Amino acid sequence: MGRPGFVLEVDERTPPLLIHEGDGFRLERLPLGSQVIYPPESLPGIVDLDGAIRRALLHPHGSDPLPRLLRRGMRLTIVFDDLSLPLPPMRTPDVRQRVIEQVLEMAATAGVDDVELIAANSLHRRMTPAELKRTVGERVFRAFHPGHLRNHDAEDPDDLAHLGTTAHGEDVEINRRAAESDLLIYVNITLTAMNGGSKSVTVGLASYASLRHHHNVHTLRHSRSFNDPPNSAMHHSYDRMADLIGGQVPVFTIETTLNNEPFPSALRFLTRREWEWNLTDQASYLAVKRSNELAGPKLRRRIWQATEAPYGVTGVHAGAPSLVHPHTLAAVHRQQLTEVSGQADVAIFGLPYICPYNVNSIMNPILVMSLGLGYFFNLYRGRPIVRQGGVVIFYHPVPHEFHPVHHPSYIDFYELLAETTDPVMLETKYEKQFATDPWYIHLYRTSYAYHGVHPFYMWYWGAHAMQHLSDVIFVGGNRSTTARLGFRAASSLADALELARDTVGADPAITYLHAPPMVLADVR
Amino acid sequence: MNLALEYHRSASRYFTARAVSSTRPGGRLAGTVAAALAPLQLVERANPVPPDESWTRVEPVLSGICGSDLGLLTGRSSPYLGPLTSMPFVLGHEVLGRTLDELPGLPRGTRVVIDPVLRCAARGLPACPACLAGHTCRCDRITTGRLAAGLQTGFCADTGGGWSRRLLAHASQLHAVPDSLADGVAVLVEPLACAVHAVRRVPIPPGASVLVIGAGTVGLLTLLALRKLTTAGEIHVIAKHRHQAQRARELGATQVIGTENTIRALRRSTGALLLEPELGEGYLLGGLDLAFECTGGPTGLSTALRSLRAGGTVVASGMPASGVDLTPLWYRELNLVGAYASAVEEEPSQGDFPAAISLATAAPLEGYVEGKYPLEQWRAAVDHAASAGRLGAIKVVFAPS
Repeated sequence: MGRPGFVLEVDERTPPLLIHEGDGFRLERLPLGSQVIYPPESLPGIVDLDGAIRRALLHPHGSDPLPRLLRRGMRLTIVFDDLSLPLPPMRTPDVRQRVIEQVLEMAATAGVDDVELIAANSLHRRMTPAELKRTVGERVFRAFHPGHLRNHDAEDPDDLAHLGTTAHGEDVEINRRAAESDLLIYVNITLTAMNGGSKSVTVGLASYASLRHHHNVHTLRHSRSFNDPPNSAMHHSYDRMADLIGGQVPVFTIETTLNNEPFPSALRFLTRREWEWNLTDQASYLAVKRSNELAGPKLRRRIWQATEAPYGVTGVHAGAPSLVHPHTLAAVHRQQLTEVSGQADVAIFGLPYICPYNVNSIMNPILVMSLGLGYFFNLYRGRPIVRQGGVVIFYHPVPHEFHPVHHPSYIDFYELLAETTDPVMLETKYEKQFATDPWYIHLYRTSYAYHGVHPFYMWYWGAHAMQHLSDVIFVGGNRSTTARLGFRAASSLADALELARDTVGADPAITYLHAPPMVLADVR
Repeated sequence: MNLALEYHRSASRYFTARAVSSTRPGGRLAGTVAAALAPLQLVERANPVPPDESWTRVEPVLSGICGSDLGLLTGRSSPYLGPLTSMPFVLGHEVLGRTLDELPGLPRGTRVVIDPVLRCAARGLPACPACLAGHTCRCDRITTGRLAAGLQTGFCADTGGGWSRRLLAHASQLHAVPDSLADGVAVLVEPLACAVHAVRRVPIPPGASVLVIGAGTVGLLTLLALRKLTTAGEIHVIAKHRHQAQRARELGATQVIGTENTIRALRRSTGALLLEPELGEGYLLGGLDLAFECTGGPTGLSTALRSLRAGGTVVASGMPASGVDLTPLWYRELNLVGAYASAVEEEPSQGDFPAAISLATAAPLEGYVEGKYPLEQWRAAVDHAASAGRLGAIKVVFAPS
C-alpha cells in the first residue's frame, strides 16, 4: 500500500522541486512557506486482471451477470472510450482490449452474431486504424475492422437517433446503432473524477445538438469543479440525459481505474518525491533533461508522444451505470485525493506535454489554455486551490504551433482571440458558425480533424477559472501567443511573482500542485 | 519658367530599378530605389502655352503620387505602356489646381480637378466609337491627333503633368470643385473616380459578397464606392497595416483581415471548403462572389483568384502584375475584368468624376492626405509614398506652388 498524499511546506531543507513545462521539465526552488500538494503514492495494480474482469462481469452491481444478458439474435453494441484516455496511452495490452475480449467471448458463447464496436470519440478526431488496433488489440481488430469496428460519427444524420428531451429541455441525440441495440456495453477508463458514469454514453456517443446543452459557458461556470460530480452542473446535465437514455436502451457499463504510474521506469524520477531521489534518479534526471534539450522540437515531441504508461489497473466494476460509478469514484479518490487546508493567493501548475486532445499530435495554444485553466485548475473538490481573485502561474512554453490535420478549426479559432477572449462573446458570436461550417464537418467525418466547435469547448473549459482569477501568468511562455490568449508571460518564477505582486501582494500564500501523476486536491 | 519633375527615357535606369526592386530587400526599399535610380529630373521648363481657346493653363495646388507613378519609378510597370507615352513627360495625373485662363462656363481661377484621360476630345479628333459610347478610358486614338502620344495627363510630353507648377488641360478634362470640398479631399477625386469606375464595371447583385484586396488609396476608395453605390452584402477587406484596417472599418467593411492566412480567414467567413495542394497555396471551393484587386501585386491577384466561388468575378483595379498562376481562372470559370481610369459615360453628368465629387463631399476622407512636399523634395516625397502604408499614411502629395 502506497503512502497517502500530503502537503509539504517548503523550508530551507526542501530541495528544488520538479515542474513539468511542455516537452520538458525543470527543478525549481519555491519560496519558503509555499505549500506543495503531492498525490498519494501509486497503488498496486491488480495482479490477476483477467480474473478481476471476469469477476466483475459475472458479479455486476445492480444487474444480472453479463452472460445472462446475452442471447442469440440480439443486437449488441460495445462502445469504448477513445484515445483521449488514458494519458499517456497505456502500455499494451490496453485494459479496454482485455475487457472487450472477455465480453466478446461471452457473446460468442451465447451465440450473439450481431456485434458492433464503436469508439466513443464524440466530436474528437477519428481514431486511425492503427490507434484502434492498439486499443482493442490485434485479434479484435482483425475480426471486426473495418465493417464492425468504427468511430462514432456525430455528423452522420443516418446514424443518429433523437431519443427525446430531458425535463430541462435538453436534446438527447446519440449514435443510432447504440440507441437501437438490445444491449449497449460501455467499456471505460476513468482517469479523473470527471470521467465515466453518466458522461460515457451521453458525451461519447452524442451529437452537437446534444452536447451544446452541457458544453457551454454557463454550465462550465457552474461546475465547481467538474471533477466533483455532485457539484458539477455539467454532470447534473449528464445525469438527466443518462436517465433518459437508460429508459430506452439497456446499458451495461464496465469501468476501470488506474494507478499513478504514468511514466516508464526510465522516467521514474518524475513520480518520486524529490528529497527521496537516489543517485540513479538524479543521474536519470540529468541525462534525460540534457538529451531532451539536445533533441530538436520535433524529435522531442515524437519521443514524448511515444511514451507508454505502465499503468496498473486498480479497479474493475461492472453493471448498472449509476451503481457502478460510486465504486469507480471511490477508487479514483483512493489514488488521487489529497486533503489541503485553505486556499492560496497564488497557485502554481507545471503543464506537461500531453492533454486529452493532442495524443499523437501537437499541443496548440488553445489546448495549453484548456489544460491549464480547464483540467489543472479544476483538479479540486470543495474550493479551488487558489482563492477568488488570486493568480495562477503556469509553466509551459506555449509555442505557436498547430497540427494542420487534427486541429484545423483551432487555427481559425486562434484568430478570433485577437478580437476577444471572452468565452461568452465567442460562444454567442461564433460557436454556431464553427459548429455548422461544412468544411470542418467534412474534415471531421473524412479526415482526422476535431470537430469545428471543439476549440470553443476547450475555451469554455477554462471559463470558470477565467471568472475566478485576477491574473494568469506563464513562466517561459511565448510572449506573443500568451498575449493572444489574454495572459502574461514571465521569464522566471521570480518575474511571475513580481508581475503578480500588484494583485496578491509581496508575500502571497503559494500552493504548487505537484502533477502529474494525477492528484485531486480536497480543499477544506 | 515652370519648375517640373521630368521623366526621361533611360533603359539602364529602368532595368536597374526593376532588377533591384524585384528582390526582397529591394522591394522593401522601393522608395529609396526610386529616389536613387528613377530617371527623374527637377528642371525649369518653358511655361506651357495653350494651343487654342479650348485649353487652359492649370496651376496645381496638390498633386498626388499614385501607385502607377511609383510602379514606373521603380521599374515595375509593364513595357506594354511604353508606346502610350511620349518622352520626356512630367508625371502627375491626380491633380487639384486652379485654371489660369478663361474657358466657357469655367472662369479663370476656378478650382478644378482633372480627368487625366487624353481622349479624342482633347486630341481634336472626332469621337472614336469608345468615346462616343462614353467609354472614354478606352479611347483608341490615344496616340494620335494634335497631341503627342500619352494615355493620360502626366504621361504626355505636350500637356505636362501635375508634378510641376504649370500644365495644360483641355476643357473636356476639367471638373469644377465645390468650395465645400477641402483641398486634401479634392485631390482624392481622381482616384475616387477610378474606384467608382471599377465598381461600375461589373453588375453587383444585392447582397453579393465582395473581397477588396488592399487598403491603400485605391482599396479604401473602392470600398467607399461599393458601400455608397451598390447594395453589396458582406465586404471583406485585406489590409496590411493597422491604420488601413481602422479606416476600412470606418468605411463599412464587414471584416478586415491581415495579409497572413488570408485564405483561411476568408474560408472561415464563407464556410467554403479549403483545399491545399502539395505545392503552392490553398484555395477555396465556394467562396466570395467578387473580388476587387487593388494592389497591383501578384499576391493580390492570386488571392483574388483563389478566394472566389466558381463563376465569380475579379476586377483588376490596380495596374496588374505578371507571374500569377491563372489555373483558377480556367478551372473555376472566373471572369477577369480590367478597370482602368474613369469614364465620362453616355450622359456626362452621370460620369465617374461627377459621381466621385458627389461621394467625396459626403465621405469621411479627411486626413487621408498626410505628406505634402514641395517639388524640390521629390526624393523624400517618393520615398514616403512608397512606404506610405508602413508609415501610417494613405496618400502623399506634392504641393508644387
